[in-house]
Amino acid sequence: MSTTASRAGDLADVAASNDTLRRFLHGLPGVDQVGVEARAAGLATRSIKTTAKQFALDLAVRMVDLTTLEGQDTAGKVRALCAKGRRPDPTDPTCPSVAAICVYGDLVPAAVDALRGSDVAVAAVATAFPSGRAPLDLKLADVRAAVDAGADEIDMVIDRGAFLAGRYLDVHDEITATRAACGDAHLKVILETGELATYDNVRRASWLAMLAGADFIKTSTGKVSPAATPPVTLVMLEAVRDFRSQVGRQVGVKAAGGIRSAKDAVRYLVMVNETCGDDWLSPDWFRFGASSLLNDLLMQRQKMLTGRYAGPDYFTLD
Amino acid sequence: MGTGMFDYAPAPESTALVDIAASYGLYIDGAMVDPLDGTPFKTVNPATEEVLAEVVAAGPRDVDRAVAAARAAYDGTWSRLSGRDRGKYLFRVARLVQERARELAVLESIDNGKPIRESRDVDVPLAAAHFFYYAGWADKLGYAGFGPDPRPLGVAGQVIPWNFPLLMLAWKIAPALATGNTVVLKPAETTPLTALAFADICRQADLPPGVVNIVTGAGDTGRALVEHPGVDKVAFTGSTEVGRQIARSVAGTRKKLTLELGGKAANIVFDDAPLDQAVEGIVNGIFFNQGHVCCAGSRLLVQESVADELLDRLKRRLATLRLGDPLDKNTDIGAINSPAQLDKIRELSDVGEQEGAERWSPACELPERGYWFPPTLFTGVSQAHRIAREEIFGPVLSVLTFRTPAEALEKANNSPYGLSAGVWTDKGSRILWMAQRLRAGVVWANTFNRFDPTSPFGGYKESGFGREGGRHGLEGYLDV
Repeated sequence: MSTTASRAGDLADVAASNDTLRRFLHGLPGVDQVGVEARAAGLATRSIKTTAKQFALDLAVRMVDLTTLEGQDTAGKVRALCAKGRRPDPTDPTCPSVAAICVYGDLVPAAVDALRGSDVAVAAVATAFPSGRAPLDLKLADVRAAVDAGADEIDMVIDRGAFLAGRYLDVHDEITATRAACGDAHLKVILETGELATYDNVRRASWLAMLAGADFIKTSTGKVSPAATPPVTLVMLEAVRDFRSQVGRQVGVKAAGGIRSAKDAVRYLVMVNETCGDDWLSPDWFRFGASSLLNDLLMQRQKMLTGRYAGPDYFTLD
Repeated sequence: MGTGMFDYAPAPESTALVDIAASYGLYIDGAMVDPLDGTPFKTVNPATEEVLAEVVAAGPRDVDRAVAAARAAYDGTWSRLSGRDRGKYLFRVARLVQERARELAVLESIDNGKPIRESRDVDVPLAAAHFFYYAGWADKLGYAGFGPDPRPLGVAGQVIPWNFPLLMLAWKIAPALATGNTVVLKPAETTPLTALAFADICRQADLPPGVVNIVTGAGDTGRALVEHPGVDKVAFTGSTEVGRQIARSVAGTRKKLTLELGGKAANIVFDDAPLDQAVEGIVNGIFFNQGHVCCAGSRLLVQESVADELLDRLKRRLATLRLGDPLDKNTDIGAINSPAQLDKIRELSDVGEQEGAERWSPACELPERGYWFPPTLFTGVSQAHRIAREEIFGPVLSVLTFRTPAEALEKANNSPYGLSAGVWTDKGSRILWMAQRLRAGVVWANTFNRFDPTSPFGGYKESGFGREGGRHGLEGYLDV
């Protein structure tokens, strides 16, 4: 891999200046819009049945970051969500827990309290989520507060304005600073792909975030439409796959916003499977940021087990 | 096909809609009839080697009868109908193809060996689209640029291949009928079933008897049809070798001829190409329909500076292709259509190795019964190798490299064929520069094997002459 090898060799110096960063990001292979959309649509025609479907539904439940990000959130609401995350289907002890509960920073203590003793992680959005329009020191304070309160994972937003203006180094350094503020907490970097507009930008932003130390790259805040789409997620999956083969570090992907049905979730898993393979088919490396998705997963899961659909009232609304 | 932790369970398409008779006659003058001098033969499922049905290899008297029926229908009804009325029949046929889409797709996969994903998503929808498209032309022929009232030719004798049985039938029959001709069509001997199902669609559509006649059989039947003095127009899709024979036999007669023959298309990847999408285009170019595609991108020309990276990506992608039961909805690569074709693919692949090219296939388990060949690529191929020059018509890709656009162009054009080509680059000006100079009937830019009824299709050089599809496709069936 001649070009790839030279690229990997240079990576240490890539962030030396905005110019070197720009040259590197613009030297990445382009993304053809028609082609990537056709590929994503083609993968969506996979027919996942019986045992494969059972596997996929359970895996999808384990990958959910059960999320509430509303101005009207309260500690009570978060506690209810945590109970749901620990035991999504109270009638079925074989149903796995979700990966994490995702909340605003000030509600981290409530979530930590409610999840004590479980494997479910607490994720907090930070850095002036969702717009990211705040001074850097405030953003970092936001991160530290969440980490100090016990958050295991931090979901930050990038400065899309700086990215679109070509100030890649600013974006890079902000991620690096946030990474440092996270300490032991995992950092998910939200690209807000709905504002990046082109697939080329999605690929560049993915690489930028990974170069700056992201543990996960995440599609969206869920506050902007379109949020996660299959082609955008495909481009990000290709990026983490290529990044590992060139740099040797594995980065996860989180598709967030707009994924509401089990069918869609299974399609995303097919995409993960056929783009990145087994190594990414785990909650450690792929997540769904969602709220209403979970109940559809549970409904389909129960249907697989019992052979019939239960009414929506059999699944808790939290 | 890797067997990882997310192992797709079998997802077979139901065959309940398909009703294959034990034996079939010939469709002549609006009815299924017993042969006069034809002899029976069997058509098999290439994925299982099971016999599907017994069909007739029509003899000279059968062909004569079919041509006479087509002539009577031409003189008696079809050439006298208004374009509007012909269009109504064609719209009806198009709708019936859509209504029976699932049945036709399953039948096509059983008889041909192609994956149901392709017959369901490509072959059958495109066949219906072709009928819809030409139905629209039927009452507008005066505005097609061939004079105010262009006349049909008469009886068309049409011989089609086994790689896209129903789609090629549509490519032949739709423009012929729209322009006012009647047809005698011979499907390939290994894939007669969808043509026989189409005969039933003609009956359902109440098409006047004799407008469409379908005579099954092999080369002898085809020869009898092509050489029949009552035929005014010959249209053939198939091998260049048979195309030559047909051209000879038609020479010196009044018959008008269109030929759509072989190809050895160059798929050209420049160093600024969108690599992940180029990989998809390469896969679609050569592994679509097991490479049984005359316009397949069987020669990959890749710029040296990205060759290694592209091949790494391509190999990783090939490892995810799923080969097996054509009726499984997750199958990407189906069965080779016949033992004869399998022999030819094996022979040329062995030649490739002997000539010094390096052969590679992903780990791929082949089913025990049926005719199968794994997706294969050859690297280190040069222009002088037979696998770079001859049409293999199978899932075998020859990879060559180039350094400059001029060299890419020279290599691409250095072939007796000229059916299609592909160009992959982010640079628009380079696409136009290449497209103007590539001697190929179709040039795809940043895509491959994309078909549409509105777009003319046909060859340069030994890939044939005449165009099918689009406004251009009308010309071959008009007296102009």
